[in-house]
Amino acid sequence: MKRIISILLENESGALSRVVGLFAQRGYNIDTLTVAPTDDDTLSRLTLTTQGDDHMAEQIVKQLHKLIDTIKVVDLTVGSHIERELMLVKIKATENDIRTELKSCVEIFRGHIVDVTPMTYTVQLAGDSDKLDAFIEAVREMGIMEVVRSGVSGISRGDKFLRV
Amino acid sequence: MELLSGGDILIRALKDAGIKNVWGYPGGAALHIYDALYRQDDVHHILVRHEQAAVHAADGYSRATGEVGTALVTSGPGATNAITGIATAYMDSIPLVVISGQVPLTKIGQDAFQETDMVGVSRPIVKHSFLVTRAEDIAETIAKAYYIASTGRPGPVVVDIPKDVTDPSYKAAYSYPSEVKMRSYQPTDKGHRGQIKRAVKTLIEAVRPVIYAGGGVVIDNASEQLIALAQKLNYPVTNTLMGLGGYPGTDRQYLGMLGMHGTFEANTAMHHADVIFAIGARFDDRVTNDLEKFCPHATIIHVDVDPTSISKNIDAHIPIVGTCTAVLTEMLSINEQMDIEPNADAIAEWWAQLDQWRADKGIYTASRYEESSGNCIKPQDVIKMLYKITNGEAIVTTDVGQHQMFAAQYYLFDKPRTWINSGGLGTMGFGLPAAMGCQLAFPDKSVACVTGEGSIQMNIQELSTCSQHNLPVKIINLNNAALGMVRQWQDMNYSSRYSESVYEDSLPDFVKLAEAYGHVGMKITHIDELEEKMRECFAMKDRVVFMDIDVDRSEHVYPMQMPGGSMRDLWLNKTERT
Repeated sequence: MKRIISILLENESGALSRVVGLFAQRGYNIDTLTVAPTDDDTLSRLTLTTQGDDHMAEQIVKQLHKLIDTIKVVDLTVGSHIERELMLVKIKATENDIRTELKSCVEIFRGHIVDVTPMTYTVQLAGDSDKLDAFIEAVREMGIMEVVRSGVSGISRGDKFLRV
Repeated sequence: MELLSGGDILIRALKDAGIKNVWGYPGGAALHIYDALYRQDDVHHILVRHEQAAVHAADGYSRATGEVGTALVTSGPGATNAITGIATAYMDSIPLVVISGQVPLTKIGQDAFQETDMVGVSRPIVKHSFLVTRAEDIAETIAKAYYIASTGRPGPVVVDIPKDVTDPSYKAAYSYPSEVKMRSYQPTDKGHRGQIKRAVKTLIEAVRPVIYAGGGVVIDNASEQLIALAQKLNYPVTNTLMGLGGYPGTDRQYLGMLGMHGTFEANTAMHHADVIFAIGARFDDRVTNDLEKFCPHATIIHVDVDPTSISKNIDAHIPIVGTCTAVLTEMLSINEQMDIEPNADAIAEWWAQLDQWRADKGIYTASRYEESSGNCIKPQDVIKMLYKITNGEAIVTTDVGQHQMFAAQYYLFDKPRTWINSGGLGTMGFGLPAAMGCQLAFPDKSVACVTGEGSIQMNIQELSTCSQHNLPVKIINLNNAALGMVRQWQDMNYSSRYSESVYEDSLPDFVKLAEAYGHVGMKITHIDELEEKMRECFAMKDRVVFMDIDVDRSEHVYPMQMPGGSMRDLWLNKTERT
């Protein structure tokens, strides 16, 4: 099953490569990966998604925790959580009826058209990965020119938080 | 505050970290550091002949003493030559600090002469690594490196220092931190008390218990506590290859080593056990054999300082994260307070069974191989003779292969830190440099490097280091004129097609070779000369002696687990199996 793992990491050179290296070394896959400094710029927050059963997820969390630069690790999928991903899609939109259909589709998915040319529309969409997948399926026939996805960011619901 | 150059800061920090010996090899990017070494007397440097040996020697020193070993190498090839040594230490959880010179910061990334991304190259085989970018950071980094290397599950730490950071023209204030604190690294030491209580109760209620003790017991100096607990309960103990000496090899409760070349009694006891108490061991594939068939009746109690070792290969019923010493001490105290005792009748019955297995098929209760005779010297007999001549008190290092397994089986280690071998990585070439490390640490002790004619040639250049630094190690070369373990597998699995495992008369004359380095060489070809010559060898306290002993070329290591079987599925000799 899909796992969303969130890591609080020292914002130091080499820290990210240790996380990525660990996955390669232990034979785990990374499906998505996002990383950026937090409000405290000595810390990086990293979210990655991978596939695995409970046993594998437990090993991954333990192995990540073992890295010296890692401060906290949590498997968000264990509890209730919020998952968001940002996607930008450039779609071929030369004909009027396609433009109209696309606009209504963007509205249904609560996205925004953020750039327009005579040839293309560029759509911005945020949500969980399933919603983004669904949008791609909905507009695939219209002619997708380019897709860029940020990878998943996640945070747990309620009073739980990941900080030092 | 005192102003010092980066090179001087590094050496001063080593001194303040309590480091007396550094093994190394100079080169361009490390020259400022070597100049700083030259101008002081606190830190002693031992010049080796190859950087791999520097790391193995530091490793041997660490294994024998329990202190952190230190190696110093230059950038590029110096750093990459150190890699095998670092990987060896990583697999066996040995605390090391390896300092590498690096090209100047201004040249990093430009494919400069002797540039290698050492932090990148070493990343999968270190506990942690640092690239130091300011002279001001050197002392603190060194303090952190030794702290990380020696705490939690120990391991090697690399400190990569660009040449301009040690430049004598720039001076920085020196202060060595009095303590190290890291928010991202706080190793657990004490185990969970509730879990420990459950473990003690489960252990006491066992009727067919086995204590399975690994290298963690040795590394954490928990031998005394292990002996106390095992003897209090009167339970059998088996040691892993890395754990030899952690429980005394001559004790009645000791079943011998377990695993691929473990004893019949240890492996069979594990298979039938109802409770296995694993302490400082990691259920390595060379122990468990087929995981699906592993110990079908056992409740597993697993103590390890590294949470990732627990339930990695075998699910633990009672996992405990903590150091061996802390957990065993707690277990002893809980045991005192509990008002339950082991079931004496059941344990007596279990011992009757174990003693029966031991008598029937144990390697110590009878000779399980053909005796040596004339020019046919059995390698096992050489190890038994070594044990006899050294009164079982030598520090024994080995390389990797058949000789390593014979030494592990037939030299009975009563004390921890006297058995020094590359268990996890299986590094040929480890034995001689590791022996140098042990000899430096214990100049008055007999240090024997049990090796083979294959392994010894992987770091034989260190015979020269032994001369320069007066390290009178004794080399016991079990010469069967072939890569013995490779050949054993070729005999067993490849219809004796000896693909590239023989040398076709190309072996050197080891006696002359030893003499060329200024040492004593001995050639033994007849069993009747062995005892006298070996006595002579160990009587030469201040000389390196190379004993080149021709051993039976056809001998195999037994017992041997059968691939895909359970722990108890063993070949006992070439024709007999369980």
